[in-house]
Amino acid sequence: MPKQPQTPSSAPDTWLTEHGDALYRYAYFHVHNTNLAEDLVQETLLAALIARENFAGHSSERTWLIAILKNKLVDHVRKQAREQPLAEYAENEDEAVEALFAADGHWKRPPSLWETPAQAFEQKQFWQVLTRCIARLPVAQAHAFRLCEIVGREGNEACKVLGVSATNLWVLLHRARVRLRQCLEIQWFGRKAKVER
Amino acid sequence: MLSCKEVTRLVSLSYEKRLSWPERAGVRMHLLMCRFCTRFAQQMRFLHAACHSFQQALQEDDTIYLSQAARLRIHHALSGNH
Repeated sequence: MPKQPQTPSSAPDTWLTEHGDALYRYAYFHVHNTNLAEDLVQETLLAALIARENFAGHSSERTWLIAILKNKLVDHVRKQAREQPLAEYAENEDEAVEALFAADGHWKRPPSLWETPAQAFEQKQFWQVLTRCIARLPVAQAHAFRLCEIVGREGNEACKVLGVSATNLWVLLHRARVRLRQCLEIQWFGRKAKVER
Repeated sequence: MLSCKEVTRLVSLSYEKRLSWPERAGVRMHLLMCRFCTRFAQQMRFLHAACHSFQQALQEDDTIYLSQAARLRIHHALSGNH
C-alpha cells in the first residue's frame, strides 16, 4: 500500500479509542466540568476531521490532537473572560498574598524547607494535589496560570485572551505562584516540611 | 536594598520577561543574604518544572476517563461527519 504522509497514520475512528481519554483528562483539568470537557473532546475531534489534510506528520497524532484541544480551550477561556471581565481582580489586593509579609516587606510566614522535591514528579498523587491546588485559585489567577504555564501561551496572547494588560497578567501570575507554593507546602510537603525560623 | 516582598515579585516576574540590570543585581544581592527568599526562588523553579511535566502526567491519570455514554455520543457525532 502506498503511504500518504500528509494524513494521520490511523483513521478518525481510532482517534476516540486511542486518544479519547487523554484528551478528556486534559480538557477536564482545565474546565472541571464533565459535560463541558466531553463537548470539548467532541469539538476537537470534529475539527481534527476537517483539518486532517493539514496534519504534517511532524508530531505524533496525540500531540496534534492536544494542540487542537488547546485552541478550543483558549477559545473557551476567551469567551468566559468576555462574560466576566478579569482586570479588576488584578487591580484589587489579594489578601492571601498580602498576609505573607509584614508591613516592612519582610516575611511574616516564610517558606519551609521542602525535602526531596524531585521525587514528587514520580508520584501520581502529587499531580492530583497540584491539580487541586490550581483548581482552588481565584478564577482570574487560575485562567492566567493555566494559559501561560500549562497551555504554554505567550504573554501577549494571554493578555488578549483574558482582556487584561501585561501588568495585570504579571500580577495574576505572581499571585497564582505564591498561592500554589503555599498550597503545595501544606498539601504535599506538609508532613515532611521542617518548621524552622 | 530590596524587601523580601519585592524580591518574590521580581523572581516571579523573571518567568515573564527579562529583568532590568539593576533589578537582577538587586535580586542577586538579596538572595545571597536571605535564605527564605532563596528557598522561594528554588520552589518557583520547582513549580515551573512541574508545570512543564504536567501535560504528560495529566494524560496518564487513569482515575479520569470518558464515560461509555460520552464515547458513544462522540462516536455518532464523528460518523455523521465523514
